[in-house]
Amino acid sequence: MSVTHHHIPDSMLAAYAAGTLPQAFAVVVATHVSMCSLCRAALGAHEAVGGAVLELQDQVAVSDGLKSNVLDLLDAPFAPTTAPARNGIYPGPVVEAMKGRAPRWKTLGMGVRQDILFGQKDGSLRLLYIPPGQAVPDHGHNGLELTLVLQGSFSDETGQFGVGDVEVADETLEHTPVADAGDPCICLAATDAPLRFRALAPRLLQPLFRI
Amino acid sequence: MTALDPPDNPPDGDPGRRPAARGPRRTAPDHAACAPTLSRETQWMMAVRDQRDRTAFAALFDHFAPRLKGFVIRSGIPAAKAEEVVQDVMLTIWRKADQFDPHRAQVSAWIYQIARNRQIDVMRRDGRPMPEELREDPGTEPDASQILAVEQEARQLKSALTRLNAEQRDVIEKAYLGELSHQQISDQTGLPLGTIKSRIRLGLNRLRHELKDLKP
Repeated sequence: MSVTHHHIPDSMLAAYAAGTLPQAFAVVVATHVSMCSLCRAALGAHEAVGGAVLELQDQVAVSDGLKSNVLDLLDAPFAPTTAPARNGIYPGPVVEAMKGRAPRWKTLGMGVRQDILFGQKDGSLRLLYIPPGQAVPDHGHNGLELTLVLQGSFSDETGQFGVGDVEVADETLEHTPVADAGDPCICLAATDAPLRFRALAPRLLQPLFRI
Repeated sequence: MTALDPPDNPPDGDPGRRPAARGPRRTAPDHAACAPTLSRETQWMMAVRDQRDRTAFAALFDHFAPRLKGFVIRSGIPAAKAEEVVQDVMLTIWRKADQFDPHRAQVSAWIYQIARNRQIDVMRRDGRPMPEELREDPGTEPDASQILAVEQEARQLKSALTRLNAEQRDVIEKAYLGELSHQQISDQTGLPLGTIKSRIRLGLNRLRHELKDLKP
């Protein structure tokens, strides 16, 4: 298990535990937790609070037949579900978001590629491929953006991000992430709004590429 | 650790309980050696997991089903559908019992995440993406002191919740029942929820220690 230095904010772990995070962010949280025992432990602590809330809940009597129904169903056949396993650099939750397929990279120019895993009204999730030394176009954010490194590393004005690290960027951050030397940097990026690019051309291309 | 305890927070565990140095092997026919010190819920859950004990499962049902029903209704699922969710959660407890690890989670915490998953499945198109599962090596001996520590933290957390004033407790309940967005939870940082936070921090170190040797 790699040692990560940039983690999921605590409020986001709480929202994940409660199930209120938008889907794209929830995939990033589940992925980071798969890679980081610190955040797995922190998530466990939030689930413990949830457990205490459950224990203290006002009890509502269940119908007479419910218990015998459930006991009768214990031997009923069921399809066991197993969490998807890691495949290469892609942890289980990413494999699930990719629906088991290989990445379908689309070129964005300058060697940068992306694969949109899903785009919904409450956010989008994509993979980014950035060659060493290459910058992702300078961009601000309309909402919140989480970027998790799956391979290689990148650096920007706020620090260096290696495998497992998550950068959390909001409206206030204007940054230029540059992939470090070595392996191409592959990231999982989630937003709750479309990105806006500062340069004119990428902005015109934005509807086309949905970045 | 005692030094970190908030002064208004006396230990509320049973003073008669002392962690055993080491429990019996998990494959032993019963848990009698450590059973007197573990909570009923943990004993029931381990009996369900290890012996597929239906009597223990029925006891878990009696304890949790009415709480789950209250929890599910409060989370916004219509009363008519609530029992369906309770039934699904109870069946999942039975079917996924092998994933219960008392070294890492108290029974109510484990059931909480099952209940939230089921509710999310009911309310949304997409299920919640889950982290990779960690597995203990088969034949790992249970460490009674670790299990007891997890239980004690859960008890203290529960007790800390009951000591909050009504407004503070309401915020916590809303957050963990899924009534607050991430932004709303994030905005609550100014609220005096220090007791809960210090409880979470105490539990963290222990969980981190427990997790460090486990791999997916």
